[in-house]
Amino acid sequence: MLITYIIRRILWSVPFLFVVSLIAFALIQAPPGDYLTTFAATLAQSGDVVDQERLELLRERYGLDQPFIVQYWKWISGVLVGDFGISFEWQQPVSNLIWERMALSVTLATSTLLFTWAVAFPIGVYSAVKKYTLGDYVITAVGFIGLAMPSFLVALVLMYIAVVFFGTDVSGLFSEEFEKAPWSLAKIGDLLSHLWLPVVILGLGSTASLTRIMRANLLDELHKPYVTTARAKGLSELRLILKYPVRMALNPFVSTLGWAFPQLISGAVITAFVLSLPTSGPLLLQALLAQDMYLAGAFILLLCCLSVVGMLVSDILLAVIDPRIRYR
Amino acid sequence: MSGNADSPAGMPNVPAGSGQEPRPVLEVRNLVTEFATRRGVFRAVDDVTLSLYPGRTLCVVGESGSGKSVTARSILQIVDPPGRVASGQVLLHRHLTARGRGAENTVDLVSLDPRSSAIRAIRGRDVAMIFQEPMSSLSPVHRIGDQVGEVIRLHEHVSKREARDRTIELLRKVEIPRPEVAIDRYPFEYSGGMRQRAVIAMALACNPAVLIADEPTTALDVTIQAEILALIRQLQRDSDMAVMFITHDMGVVAEIADDIAVMRFGKMVERGDVFSIFEKPQHDYTRHLLNAVRELDRPSERRLAMRAKASPGAPILVMSDMRKEFPFSTGFLGLKHDSIVAVEDASLALKAGENLGIVGESGSGKTTLGRCLQRVHPVTSGRILYTDRHGKTIDLAPLTDNQLKEPWRDIRMVFQDPFSSLNPRMTVGQIIGEPLLVNGSLSGAGLRARVAELLGLVGLPASAAERYPHAFSGGQRQRISIARAIAPDPRIIIADEASSALDVSLRTQILDLMLDLQERLDLSFIFISHDIAVIRYFCDRIAVMHRGRIVETGDTETVCSNPQHAYTQSLLSAVPVADPRRRGMTHRFRYREP
Repeated sequence: MLITYIIRRILWSVPFLFVVSLIAFALIQAPPGDYLTTFAATLAQSGDVVDQERLELLRERYGLDQPFIVQYWKWISGVLVGDFGISFEWQQPVSNLIWERMALSVTLATSTLLFTWAVAFPIGVYSAVKKYTLGDYVITAVGFIGLAMPSFLVALVLMYIAVVFFGTDVSGLFSEEFEKAPWSLAKIGDLLSHLWLPVVILGLGSTASLTRIMRANLLDELHKPYVTTARAKGLSELRLILKYPVRMALNPFVSTLGWAFPQLISGAVITAFVLSLPTSGPLLLQALLAQDMYLAGAFILLLCCLSVVGMLVSDILLAVIDPRIRYR
Repeated sequence: MSGNADSPAGMPNVPAGSGQEPRPVLEVRNLVTEFATRRGVFRAVDDVTLSLYPGRTLCVVGESGSGKSVTARSILQIVDPPGRVASGQVLLHRHLTARGRGAENTVDLVSLDPRSSAIRAIRGRDVAMIFQEPMSSLSPVHRIGDQVGEVIRLHEHVSKREARDRTIELLRKVEIPRPEVAIDRYPFEYSGGMRQRAVIAMALACNPAVLIADEPTTALDVTIQAEILALIRQLQRDSDMAVMFITHDMGVVAEIADDIAVMRFGKMVERGDVFSIFEKPQHDYTRHLLNAVRELDRPSERRLAMRAKASPGAPILVMSDMRKEFPFSTGFLGLKHDSIVAVEDASLALKAGENLGIVGESGSGKTTLGRCLQRVHPVTSGRILYTDRHGKTIDLAPLTDNQLKEPWRDIRMVFQDPFSSLNPRMTVGQIIGEPLLVNGSLSGAGLRARVAELLGLVGLPASAAERYPHAFSGGQRQRISIARAIAPDPRIIIADEASSALDVSLRTQILDLMLDLQERLDLSFIFISHDIAVIRYFCDRIAVMHRGRIVETGDTETVCSNPQHAYTQSLLSAVPVADPRRRGMTHRFRYREP
């Protein structure tokens, strides 16, 4: 049952991804002009004159004069075999540029998600079980502050504190000596020592909202008849709450995975600028501004894939924890 | 047995050893349970005293809000906060249970901390509970075997293997088919009756000395109710359990009780053995309860008088070969389509000024039939001919929503749940006036006058218009629903289980109100219900539904006294009669589809 469910879900995501790639490509093409007009404008700004013939030649070479659908086909057929094209701006294959940044983005998002869950879950349960006590009020107050503060502001404040009071450099994900170094255990260690700050900053808002979600879900479940039934069996309070209502309250919690993951990746752009993180956000923004079509397209397509994968994982997890879903 | 063994009010203080008299295994003495609310302390259970004897069933009867459920929960100290047992004693004489070794061992459950391991060791082991809702009293995401076996693993040190074997044995005992497969199923794969069996198995897992059953059959169909009652009875006989059975249904009481305790407003008003309560009730309230039940067991005299004056006229709503299918998607990618048949080629006719009852168990398609008749559901095939007040006959089946505006003014609906069928954010005046406002027929002062008139018709003060539904009780809310239904001066009312959510004493009031309105406003009723007694009281003719088919139609009295179809016979035989000397359910038989 579960296997068919998973296969069915995966099969459904194929046409979905196709449509997503089409829309992504259309969106990149939507602004007037193309990379070369932007390129010419930049050159003109700095006083250079671009001769039209060269532009036309380039346009032909990049295939920018062809109809939309042909361009899309060229791009997508390349993507299917792993060739994302050449970045106009950087003049190197897109895949050289994005993989490391994507990997760092995903690492950051995953750690943030794990952090968020690890913190929000126990606090949410506590806050629901001890409703309207001092502890609940404190958590609620802190939670609302966390929700209301934009993460880049938190980033600035924490950076200030770290630099002024502790004299440490907290920007970026690597120390200088490791920045260009090849991957090694020492580099990973360095990454981990830098990772915690962006994780806390990025996770703060979603931790606060997940705590509220957990609390609200659990409050709905705590007085359901099956809880009373379990109590009448003689189960101890802690075991009872963890086994029955928390398990039920977990459903919406797990479905947050679907939206939290892509949100963490795309929502981190400002924070990434502030903390100068070598993640995908800043590069994507630059590529979009320059109409660097293949680079931007690759990023957007990968982000969409991540969303789809996130949804898929959350759906599968839901089916694992809730049998009613997989039998339907 | 010695001479005074028959006295059920046996003395609890007889020393052990000489015990020929029945001695209670659980005694509740002067129990008080309070709920702290903003408006002060509310006593849900007020000075209740009762005793449970091995092998005997005590039925606690009362209407909603009488404190019977809270009493049951107070015994095990599982009242939801802010409820709290304030005083009294709950004495469990463990030495009298099968597990006891004879040495005096009495525990006062009230003195134990509700979270202590001492009381947890008693819950589920010495005293077990069954709850009302078989749908929600099992966790939907844990396997049946897990939830039943948990009790065994909790109270007895047995291996997983052994617990599983015992669980299978338990499921077999409660007559769940193929227990070795059923143990690994989830509750949603069980039917309502099967779930309640599983809950019973869970309660019986550790051979409790006392079983507390809180309305265990209320949510079930009568035929399943009969089976569950027989099962509890038989299990009680096997293990000499004391049973405390909470119910509001006097028919069930008459069927299974040895002793009865009547509760009202948290107080116990009367107790005694089943025959003395049924035959010589002392308290006014007990008499009132019994009368309400007995009244429902025969046709309303009011109705018979009305029909003698004017017999029903020509048919105004005729349904012929109506069929309703619900399509759904299936297959690996959800691309195939299939459908389930909810109503299968049904034909019915409602005459002017007549009450037509549709009876059937849950899932029989009676509600769907009602909704198709009003044409809120589109129908798959067949015709619904409606003759309007000018004598013009139209077929409702093919009409669009726009064309249905006119007939919808004439055919109105009253729903089952008086709590969820009224918008809590609208005043009663807005609720009742809405159909008129939508019609555009009245507004402003004219509308207010009409609302006041309608409130008067259903027996509510005109001042009710300013208030919100939450300020009214269940019975009053149902009156509001009726006022809303009659607002546009309709000709046909379809009442879908309109009296089912109400207490017995309120049921007759609502039914009488509808008869009263019928006489004054020239209405015809289609009354959908699972309750034969209510149909017998209210309806002139009856249609019996089973699995989407109408199996039998005829005059109510003829069908009730001389049912032709085997299903009708089985349905009638499962209805408990409110007379302890006519315990008939043991003679019931199950209907098997040919």
